[in-house]
Amino acid sequence: MLITCPYCGPRDVIEFTYQGDGNRERPDPASQNFEAWNAYVYDRLNPAGDHNEIWQHSGGCRAHLRVVRNTLTHEISSVAFVRGDHASAARRKAEDKA
Amino acid sequence: MSPRRTDTGGRIDRLKTIRFSFDGVAYTGHAGDTLASALLAKGVTLFGRSFKYHRPRGLLTAGVEEPNALVTVLKGEVREPNIPATMVEIHDGLVAISQNRFPSLAWDIHAVNQLGGKILSAGFYYKTFMGPVIGPLKGTRFWMFCEHFIRRAAGLGSAGSAKDPAHYERMNAFCDVLVVGSGPAGLMAAKAAADQGARVMLADLEPRFGGSTNWSNETIDGAPAADWARRTVTQLEGRDNVRLLPRTTVWGYYDNNTLAALERVSDHKEQPAKGEPRHRYWAIRARSVVLATGAFERPLVFPGNDRPGVMLAHAAERYANEFGVLPGERIALFTNNDSAYRAAIALKKAGAAIVAIADVRSELSPEMRKLATEAEAEIFAGHAVVATEGGKALSGVKVQRFDMVTGALTGDERSIHADCLLMSGGWSPTIHLASQAGAKAEWNAARQAFLPPKPAQQWIGAGAFTGSFSTAEAIAEGRAAGLAAAGGTSTPAALPTVEAVHGDPDPAPVFEIRAKGKSFVDFQHDVTAEDVRLAHREGFVSVEHLKRYTTLGMATDQGKSSNVPGLAIMAEALGKPIPEVGTTRFRPPFAPVSIGSLAAERFGDLKPERLTPMHDWHVANGATMYSAGLWYRPMIYGLSGETIEQAYVREAKATRESAGIVDVSTLGKIAVQGPDAAAFLDRVYTNMFSTLAVGKARYGLMLREDGFAFDDGTTWRLGEQDFLMTTTTANAGKVMQHLEYFLDVIWPDLKVHVTSVTDEWAGAAIGGPKARQILAACVTGTAVDNATLPFMGIVHGQIAGVPVMICRLSFSGEMAFEVYSGAGHGIHVWEALIEAGKPFGLVAYGLEALGTMRIEKGHVTGAEIDGRTTARDLHLDWMLSKKKPFIGSAMMDREGLIASDRLELVGLIALDNRPLNGGAHIVEALDETNPHGSIGHITACCYSPALGKHIALALVQAGKARHGTRAHVSDPLRNRFGPVEIVSNHFYDPEGTRMHG
Repeated sequence: MLITCPYCGPRDVIEFTYQGDGNRERPDPASQNFEAWNAYVYDRLNPAGDHNEIWQHSGGCRAHLRVVRNTLTHEISSVAFVRGDHASAARRKAEDKA
Repeated sequence: MSPRRTDTGGRIDRLKTIRFSFDGVAYTGHAGDTLASALLAKGVTLFGRSFKYHRPRGLLTAGVEEPNALVTVLKGEVREPNIPATMVEIHDGLVAISQNRFPSLAWDIHAVNQLGGKILSAGFYYKTFMGPVIGPLKGTRFWMFCEHFIRRAAGLGSAGSAKDPAHYERMNAFCDVLVVGSGPAGLMAAKAAADQGARVMLADLEPRFGGSTNWSNETIDGAPAADWARRTVTQLEGRDNVRLLPRTTVWGYYDNNTLAALERVSDHKEQPAKGEPRHRYWAIRARSVVLATGAFERPLVFPGNDRPGVMLAHAAERYANEFGVLPGERIALFTNNDSAYRAAIALKKAGAAIVAIADVRSELSPEMRKLATEAEAEIFAGHAVVATEGGKALSGVKVQRFDMVTGALTGDERSIHADCLLMSGGWSPTIHLASQAGAKAEWNAARQAFLPPKPAQQWIGAGAFTGSFSTAEAIAEGRAAGLAAAGGTSTPAALPTVEAVHGDPDPAPVFEIRAKGKSFVDFQHDVTAEDVRLAHREGFVSVEHLKRYTTLGMATDQGKSSNVPGLAIMAEALGKPIPEVGTTRFRPPFAPVSIGSLAAERFGDLKPERLTPMHDWHVANGATMYSAGLWYRPMIYGLSGETIEQAYVREAKATRESAGIVDVSTLGKIAVQGPDAAAFLDRVYTNMFSTLAVGKARYGLMLREDGFAFDDGTTWRLGEQDFLMTTTTANAGKVMQHLEYFLDVIWPDLKVHVTSVTDEWAGAAIGGPKARQILAACVTGTAVDNATLPFMGIVHGQIAGVPVMICRLSFSGEMAFEVYSGAGHGIHVWEALIEAGKPFGLVAYGLEALGTMRIEKGHVTGAEIDGRTTARDLHLDWMLSKKKPFIGSAMMDREGLIASDRLELVGLIALDNRPLNGGAHIVEALDETNPHGSIGHITACCYSPALGKHIALALVQAGKARHGTRAHVSDPLRNRFGPVEIVSNHFYDPEGTRMHG
């Protein structure tokens, strides 16, 4: 399997570490909502098809990547920096306010 | 009469004689021979004993699919079993032995199994060993006793136990086009792709490129096909963009066009060249792949089809044309298709008499009749072989009239005197790699074969692999595939012209002749046609169940010759067409792979080592080094004649009495820097770090998100925005990854940067009543007195002119200091400390003494922070801040994590004054004969010089409440039982007066 790191280019999967389901939402740190914490810590999606995953390029630039991978074919349809998500979300938020 | 070497012909070097031995007998062969061809040339027909029935077996094939002639190759002390003799290239000094026989191949005691055929049928193990034992043996272990002998009787070669001294290599390779198979199709593909400028790799599992050209007797462009192939290979050899890999089996086809191959680099040599590996594992990333893997000929299923002397028609053609070996003098053929006639001509030309051709088809084409006449063979059209005769070699066959539609045998049997029978049941394209690549094969009724599926990855098929069995088709398809794979466009070009015997590629749909006697489907696992029908009668109708119940196709040859005949017989039993019965999917590896090649250089001498800057000093000063992960650390600095225990006791005692020094460079060190560094640490650790003053350190504990303890260590505040975090040696990488994840994924708004600086700092911990005096004697630029350097304080100064950072903290429980310097100066500073310590009786101590002192103090390490313990279990709940949320704070108070019967950290003292063992269980009431009722286990133990007792740390149910009570250790594996007292884990100086000084 090859993952095209936006920074380093196409690299073999052995350079990456799987860091889990990318759909999880971490509750607010102070939240006492146990259901939400439980879901965050233990629940994982296991779709047969496209899956939103987080991978770290641990043998390369060490960036965390949001990878959309088809679990049936291992076809990867998109790779982006996770940090980019946040940056663009923050930008959108700022734009919405403005 | 027996097989023999022909006077001329073959692609062997007759001038080069090679000496080898088989079963202790010396033989000679020629360069270019396989073990199979060399032995056959010497008249050897008996190569092995079959798996279950111990029937004599000879060569069925000439290639990788060989199921019968498996041998063990001995190299010094090392034995490699189950290698097909057809794949062993002979070299001087080769020693091979036969398998699964006792006392010898010719006289095998277990041959009596042949008489027990009815009992040893499909499902023998299930039926025999699952049932109840009745009668006087009821309730005994009788079956287990029998099983031992039965398993010895059935089987393959035995594995050796000697360490394999060979060396193996792994290569990563990239190419535009990988061509698998070097027959006419593969060669054309490689050439066409190379001509386009593509980077090409061409792999073939045989030592000689050319595939069928080596034995086909055809001509290409007016020259013998083999000459054409050699010319083409020579052209490819001269090109920079082509890599040729002979003796290389492509065995796996994985995602993203990643393929795995095994190159047998030096098996065929008496001695590998210097530095040359035995095998090389290739991981090949190919932009596109051309599959030109050819086809396997299928045996026919009829009684006695496994007798030595019965072989596949093309195999005989190979032996004659490629190796100059006649497999017999009087040869009969049995076929359901035209391809065998070519073999008849080849063997006739090589000097054998073709006594008969039995063809299941009653209508033969004029061309085939002409070939049979040319071979001077008597034709038996519409006939089948119904029996074979002979013992360890064939002496004759019986044929009878056969109706292809009904399968009925009529008329009188006729005996034919023959010493070799060639059979051909049609051809199965070698679609294994295509199947591995992810799609289902399709049944082709005309070819009576599974043809490759539509590509699910970037591959293109060519030649016999696609069901195009003629060389002319292979050449055309090969060129087209090579062009397409290289991204070129097909331009009309003159293709090499082929002169060949033209036959019908479609066989008659006949797989089995049902007559009296054992008819083998899977030769290697001794599965007969009757076994397949028995499986059907017993309800195993799915092809997957059939496979598992009969073990059809599950031997080391993975059913290369038996899959399709087995399916056909099952389909007939079910009354269904073959495609409805389906086929099993092929999985890697295509052929057996040496385990050594998979490990390659990732073990032994070439395993990466992490050495601290002081490593050489440790070794020079008598340290016994201990590997901890990739690190090497001193275990003890033993004096001559000292046991490990004596050494660590001496080191620990000296430390507590005067001073000791230990190398702590392996601790994980992470620089946590940035405006939000303090806030970040507050979230990461259970306790507060934002309140920590610059120039001070604090002990911190991390939890995982699920609330369990994760890691501990001290973190030093070097500046307002600059922290140096230390982690345990084992968790350094995990903690780094943990921090990076939270910064990158969860809190990208935090302005913090983390950098692993483990290798940048050398660390020495010096502790004991005289530690401060030693520092005072060698540190300049700062005072080290209590006011300047209080507990958990940090100072900067110099030792022997080198800048150092000193933090006063203690793991040993003594007044202790960690001295950090740049890694490059580590040994310099260490030696200066040792020198300064001499007048004070300073000793260097290793991990054993370190462990002893930490057990005496009751500190936790990875043995206690084992992923199942919480902060409370370890009595670290005082570190759980209530003022802030931190990682794990939301989950740590779950019901199960605060239950009162959890395993808690305690100390144990052996009341019988004998050593305790790590992993031993703790019980309330001792029962040595029936150990049960564990209430916990020992995590670490030692002899404590400070207490003069054998002590341990343990995790015990509701442990704190048991302080002062008695229990027992129960360790039946090591037969260690005895009373212990449960105490606090803080054995020694619980108030910490020594370290606070």
